[in-house]
Formats: sequence, C-alpha cells, structure tokens
Amino acid sequence: MKHMTEEELIAYREGVAAAQRAVIAQHLAACEECRAELERIEAVLAALDTLPVPNPGDDYGRHVWQQIAPRLPERPARWWQEWFEPKRLGTLAAVAVLLVVAFLAGRITKRNHPGNDVATKEQIRERVLVVAVGEHLGRSEMMLVELANAEPLDPKQKRVDISAEQHRAEDLLEENRLYRQTALKEGDASLASVLDDLERVFLDVAHSPEEVTPAQLEKIRQKIEARGILFKVRVVGRELQERQKATTPAPAQKDSMKSERNKV
Amino acid sequence: MIRMQPSVENTQTIADSDAVAVERTLAGDRDAFRVLVERHSHNVFRLAYRMTRNRPDAEEVVQEAFLRAYQKLGKFEARANFGTWVYRIAANYAIDRMRQRKKEEARKVEPAVHEEGTENDPVTLIHDAAPTPERLTQNIELRKRMEIALAALSHSERTAFVMRHWEGCAIEEIAQVLESSSGAAKNTVFRAVQKLRLALQPFVGRGTQARAMGTES
Repeated sequence: MKHMTEEELIAYREGVAAAQRAVIAQHLAACEECRAELERIEAVLAALDTLPVPNPGDDYGRHVWQQIAPRLPERPARWWQEWFEPKRLGTLAAVAVLLVVAFLAGRITKRNHPGNDVATKEQIRERVLVVAVGEHLGRSEMMLVELANAEPLDPKQKRVDISAEQHRAEDLLEENRLYRQTALKEGDASLASVLDDLERVFLDVAHSPEEVTPAQLEKIRQKIEARGILFKVRVVGRELQERQKATTPAPAQKDSMKSERNKV
Repeated sequence: MIRMQPSVENTQTIADSDAVAVERTLAGDRDAFRVLVERHSHNVFRLAYRMTRNRPDAEEVVQEAFLRAYQKLGKFEARANFGTWVYRIAANYAIDRMRQRKKEEARKVEPAVHEEGTENDPVTLIHDAAPTPERLTQNIELRKRMEIALAALSHSERTAFVMRHWEGCAIEEIAQVLESSSGAAKNTVFRAVQKLRLALQPFVGRGTQARAMGTES
C-alpha cells in the first residue's frame, strides 16, 4: 500500500487539500501507519495550541480608539489621493519621464522619415514596453549579480548584510508584477515566464532576514542558479535589445544611402 | 483551528453593519469608524500577538492597522469584508514590525562570548520573564521550545502558519498577504508545519498527544 506523504497529511490536517480530502480520509481509515503519523502531527499542533494569547480586556476596543482617534485625519483619503503620496511620486515621475521620452522619440523618428510610414500606436506601445522592460531587466541583473557576490564586510563576521539587495528586490517586485501582467496581456508568454521566475526570486530575497548566514546566502544563490534566472534574464535582455532595434526605424541617412545604392 | 467561527447569519449581519459603518465614515462621520475599531480590535490583536509573540508589538500593530485602514478606506471595496481586509493590513504590518524588531535586536545584542557548548543551544536565547499568569504553562521547557520553534520560522512561514492554523484564513487571503500564488502560500504552510514538527516532536510528550487526540479523560 502506498502511504500518504507528510505534505498530504499536513494538507489534510490543515484543511488545504479539498480535492484530495476524500481520498486521504479513505486511506487513513484503512492504514494504521498513516493514522499514527497524522496523530504525531496533530500532537505537535495541539501542543502549539496551548500557547496562550493574553486577553487585552473587555474595553480594549475603546482603548484602541482613544489611542488612534487623535491621529486620524479629518476624512479618509480617496483612492486617487494615494497616487500623490511621497513614496509613489518616484514611480509617477518615472512613468512621466518614460512617456516624454517615448513622445520625443516618436517625433524625432517622424522628422527623420518624411513621407515614410508613421509608427502605429501599437508599435509605439511595444517600443515603450520593450525599453522599460529592458531597463528593468538590467536593474534586476545588477541586483542578482550583487547578491551573488555579497560577502560579509568583515571576514570575521558570521552574517552577511543583504538589506540593500532586499530593499531593491522589494522595489523591483512591484515593477516586475506590472510588467509580467502586461506581458501576459500582450500574449508574450516567454517574457511573462521569465518575469514570473524573477518575481519568485524577488519574493525569496524580500522575505529573507536582512542579515543571513553564509549558508542561507548560499541557499538563495543555489535557488537562483538552479532556476537559471541570471542566464534567462541576460538572454531575454538581449532579445529585447534586438526587438528594440527592429522596432526603431533606421536613421534617415542610411535609408537615403540605400536608395542611392538602389539607383546604381 | 482556534479561530472563533461565527454563524453564517451572524457573519452576514456583521458584514452588512460594517459596510454601513464604512459608508458613513467615508461620508465624514468619524464615529462610525469607532464602531469598526471596537468591533474588530480583539480579533486583530489575537492575530498580531500570534505573529509578533509579544504584547507591545501586537498593540502597536493593532493601532497601526486601524490607522492604515482609515487612511485607505477610499480604496476599500464595498463588496469586501471589512474584518478580512483589516486583518490583511494587520498581517502586512506585523511582518514589517517583525523585520524591524529583528534589526533592532541585532543592533542591541553585541556578539556575546558563549560558554562552551551553549552557543548553539536556542534555549539560551530565550529571556526568562517573570512568571505572570500568562507565562505559566504546565511545561515550561516545552513552552520555551515552542516559542523558539515559532521564532525560528521565517516571517512568511510564521505568517502563513498563524493565518492558516490559528486564524483559519483561506489560502487566497494568505497568498495576498505574502504576495505570492496560492500554491506558494500552501507550500509555505507545509514548510512551517514541517519545521515546527521537526523542532518539537521530540519534546511533545504522551500527555500532550493524548490531549491532542481528545483521548485523555
């Protein structure tokens, strides 16, 4: 008889195995060994349940209100006001700069190609996305390389401070999610898949302690290596550069040279 | 799971009443928010205490969670459940607080010279607190081990375990707090239980096992 794995038993005990619940229950009814294993898991969880939580008192709600009431603004903010919070202003500024660059790029391109086909909205959008994602991958690559080379400042120290990489991972995470969703919407599955892998790494790094032991750091590195993230990021980055070149029309001079050659 | 499960009717009544309080708060009635604070403070405190494992931090998390909820109330969707929403805010802030606390403690604690053989014994890291009624347990040693085992979990693992095992949150809610997929959130719950089991199974006695199985008379 094939026994249940520890994961399956934990999933059953914690109620996260809805699909297999009946199968596991049936197996447990027939298998003493798995029942004993489940009992051992339950014993640990039951012991943890004995840890007390202090009762904050019947008037705790009133106490919380008294503490926070003087700090509450007159009215709650409307959803759009959040966009003007200081922490979001950086993102807004970056988006604005990108739009201006895209606009100017479009104008210059047009000027250099009098009479040529005007780039469609889709082409411009793709160009902006390609440039933005390319830059994002560049920053991500830099963060991964720094993480790969992180060492304790003092060789005698037993821990490595990765707080800088962690904060960058947190910043990159939000951007990454946005680009992944856009890539999915645009039907670019391979880009979305790389961004998905990248997101997992950012999450791992963001959720790690700020100071890690060399062994923990090695584990993070191994995960990055096992998924081949750095390689994928470089390959996709290069592909995007190529796409950028392809979507950017060649300079007018070259075109005129080509037409000159064609005349001969 | 320890989370108190109110009846479906009760839950619906509370949710409806919460929705009205949210609307009134948004219209400028600050006292309506007081109702929400008083109604949900205990639950949020329980979650915060289980995550941070100390009362001052838990109280700070509760206050900050309601402050943030008030500030973001404009973004709250009327169809959503206010209790679940403020829970999520509290869990997120508790993670931040745990990180901050770790940093503060790392700064405070100078690398101590340990007596030989005690360096790797995690029990030596637990501070002996005065025996208040809360701290009294039948088995002090086991309690210490449990605190250590919980403290040794990563922030995500502790969050996932507390939210699932003690608070009975849905995997999707946990995934939102951890900013991960449902699959990853499930795995985090497994990992947490596996680690706790590895750390505690040798210390869990027969008595506890019997109690756990409800077979002790």
